[in-house]
Amino acid sequence: MSLPTLSGPIDRRNFLRFSALGGGALVLGFYLKSGASGAAAEVVNASAGATEFSPNAFIRIAANGTVTLMSKQPEIGQGIKTSLPMIIAEELDVNWKDVVVQQADLNQQLYGNQSAGGSTSTPNNYDNFHKLGATAHAMLVEAAAQTWGVPAGECSTEGGAVLHRGSSKSLKYGELVAKAATLPVPASAPLKNPKDYKLLGTRVGGVDNPKIVTGQPLFGIDTKLPGMLYAVYEKCPVFGGKVVSANLDQVKALPGVKDAFVLEGTTNTAGLSPGVAIVADSTWAAFSARKQLKVTWDEGKFANDSWDAFSAKAKELSAQPGHTQVHKDGDVDTALAGAAQTITAEYSYPFISHLSIEPQNCTAHFKDGKMEIWAPSQSPAGGNGMITQLLGIPAANITVHMMRAGGGFGRRLTSDFIIEAAAIAQKVPAPVKLTWSREDDLHHDQFRAGGFHFLKGGIDANGKIVGWKNHFVTFGSMRPGRDGAAPSVQTGSGGALQKDQFPAMFLDNYFAEQSVMECNIPMGPWRAPGNNVFSFVMQSFIDELAHAAGRDPLEVRLELLSQKKSGNYDAARMLGVTKLVAEKAGWNPKRFAKGQGQGIAFHFSHQGFIAMVAEVTVSKEGQLKVDRVVAACDVGAQIVNLSGAENQVEGSIVDGLGTMMFQELNIERGRIVQNNMTEYPMIRITDAPTKIEVHFLRTNNKTTGLGEPALPPVAPAIGNAIFAATGKRVRQFPISRTDLRWS
Amino acid sequence: MSKYTLNVNGQARSVDVASDTPLLWVLRDSLELAGTKFGCGVGKCGACTVHLTGVPTRSCMTSVSTVGRKQVVTIEGLSTDGSHPLQKAWCELDVAQCGYCQAGQIMTAAALLKETPKPTDQDIDDAMDGNLCRCATYLRIRAGIKLAAEISATAATAPGGKPLVTTKGGQQ
Repeated sequence: MSLPTLSGPIDRRNFLRFSALGGGALVLGFYLKSGASGAAAEVVNASAGATEFSPNAFIRIAANGTVTLMSKQPEIGQGIKTSLPMIIAEELDVNWKDVVVQQADLNQQLYGNQSAGGSTSTPNNYDNFHKLGATAHAMLVEAAAQTWGVPAGECSTEGGAVLHRGSSKSLKYGELVAKAATLPVPASAPLKNPKDYKLLGTRVGGVDNPKIVTGQPLFGIDTKLPGMLYAVYEKCPVFGGKVVSANLDQVKALPGVKDAFVLEGTTNTAGLSPGVAIVADSTWAAFSARKQLKVTWDEGKFANDSWDAFSAKAKELSAQPGHTQVHKDGDVDTALAGAAQTITAEYSYPFISHLSIEPQNCTAHFKDGKMEIWAPSQSPAGGNGMITQLLGIPAANITVHMMRAGGGFGRRLTSDFIIEAAAIAQKVPAPVKLTWSREDDLHHDQFRAGGFHFLKGGIDANGKIVGWKNHFVTFGSMRPGRDGAAPSVQTGSGGALQKDQFPAMFLDNYFAEQSVMECNIPMGPWRAPGNNVFSFVMQSFIDELAHAAGRDPLEVRLELLSQKKSGNYDAARMLGVTKLVAEKAGWNPKRFAKGQGQGIAFHFSHQGFIAMVAEVTVSKEGQLKVDRVVAACDVGAQIVNLSGAENQVEGSIVDGLGTMMFQELNIERGRIVQNNMTEYPMIRITDAPTKIEVHFLRTNNKTTGLGEPALPPVAPAIGNAIFAATGKRVRQFPISRTDLRWS
Repeated sequence: MSKYTLNVNGQARSVDVASDTPLLWVLRDSLELAGTKFGCGVGKCGACTVHLTGVPTRSCMTSVSTVGRKQVVTIEGLSTDGSHPLQKAWCELDVAQCGYCQAGQIMTAAALLKETPKPTDQDIDDAMDGNLCRCATYLRIRAGIKLAAEISATAATAPGGKPLVTTKGGQQ
């Protein structure tokens, strides 16, 4: 069997360029590094020329054998700083203990796309990272072959050394870097056969673990620069509100305060929010001065918005035709009229926060027309772009250091904290670190939008689903139109129902429509946007219909998956994980006594196919305990880092449970009611499931990411288990809205 | 501003700060000990947990003026070389995701293990309930505490669970 090979355009000037799948380009070059530290074969920025040292490289092998691999993606807890370098190390055939991983700065010309969102970091980089490692590997082998005067085909590698078959000759990579650096880059390099992988698919600890457990500075908020000042930024509690006046003179006179000023900001909440900055000589001085700050706000036209009013409005809209049709198959009204049994149900969920545990922060230094940024961002290029657009600083004059982020969950794809820090820094003659309080973080998140689903489903005399109708009422805000089009009310991130959202295209008679309520609440991507709630609604309602028909919920799902009508949904992969999870969990809902139950759900999102079975105990008093969750995941052919992959699935399960149990923001008078964690509970260790089991079904498909797809099926699996245990159906988040007591 | 001499990780450290400054910000801004983290500022997340004379304490709620001569131990002072059983167990089981809360988790767990060398699941949940992990690594935290208890008991470094490959460590 021939090995897969690398092929790519060649430039004989000692470097080669690969097109990155995610846009931009990856540039690989080998070059001879001279100087005190000795020779090094190094991947460099091609545009920097072949004789200049560049720290911006993917691979650097030192004469002492240390292999430095650059991590190009933002690390937000998804483990990418460990997993992508593992791919290079595998192809390079080096011992992982000899590898040092270094975080790259933002440089998309060199590294390709550097945004961490949509669980795309793995699928968009996987193939290229294999090629990068394999190319360097081939050049090291060639260097040894030339040194010995033998054909490269007689050489093999192991643990960072080239070995010659048929003799005892061997050379370590460190001994070969000088020679390798003089060689032309090969047109193609063989990739390892996956069956020979030593590293990929094993459990590897996160590369930052030693620093994390000893408290070394690592995160954005840990940034400290000589002469640095500390800032806070007060914004209007009503979204889009403007500053009328503030007691700046009084604030400036407070201890430690260096300056206080108003930033006019932009009129649109996706830009720079208007507010008041206080700059002081310590975080606490800034926090303390803020308590004395008095601002008069122009709260604007959204100052009377409330969740209760939105709920009433949603109900009203549900009785009217939807604003838009999402998808239609057959004639649902006729099918429902002829059904043996119909079920109607209203599902809803509130606005929630991301609550990444590291509050938003950014350090910025503006000097001589240049802006330097240290940010825990998922989208550093987005922040960069806003600085250019709103502060007029050309991209060439902006440097962004990508700091480890204390959680992302989609929050840090929005760059509001970066533009605020940069705008403040532009007015301050020193580096300045902006730190949001937790209250800022809760009041000014880019929220997961709430929503309402008004459902009607029908089953025939055989218990088969014959019709499904959904009127989805969601939220939107006024946004500029694309390409100069007039502004319009557009749904928030994840706030639009997709036309192929399951079970669309699996039923003869299906109808989904959507209505949008205007608000000015910032809405951003929240882990598995849309999917994190749609899965709950759809997989719970399938369960309702199955129970109404007196049928096994697994059997009904398998039946649905086997009757695809149209669309691109890969039912075979979902059947695979659904059958696997049923087997691994020992699916048999009848074996549970009252008060205990088993529930099943599946969901496709972010290229991942995930099915889960949950087992719960609900006390007569309505107290929920999740005893066990079993997950079956198909994310393609290869698990990169098994420990990281399992950790993502485990975390998704507990996060999904916590979101369902606790998370809720109220809106009154146009503002968020909750202020801090005292009023916004999150899941704690006590409520975490007793047991989680994660199974990966390896299929011959593209290797994809795991930051998001394991979250959506959690809530419906648990909700369905609660119904099995108690006969109580959870149709609203948080769970406390449903009385789970039983007798 | 007032002058205070604190005993931090066994060293006398002098600072000149406002008397109501929380110990958290003294550690982070004045003493450059950034391992103790800011999460909520109201004592609800536990990311700022340090030991005050051995007692796990929320440094965000502890004014510098109340610390006096009490021994302050932060994550940086838990061991000199990352060799505390909890630090080893955390690496061995790859507990962290984002890692931001883990210093606080480890400090709370260290106090638990001192009191209760062989904790049950219930002991662990009771002790750790005040420490939020937004990435929800709670099952690994439970396992990590148990592994640390095992390491302490046997003084052996052999992993109790899944073997992990380790690196020289990352660089920011």
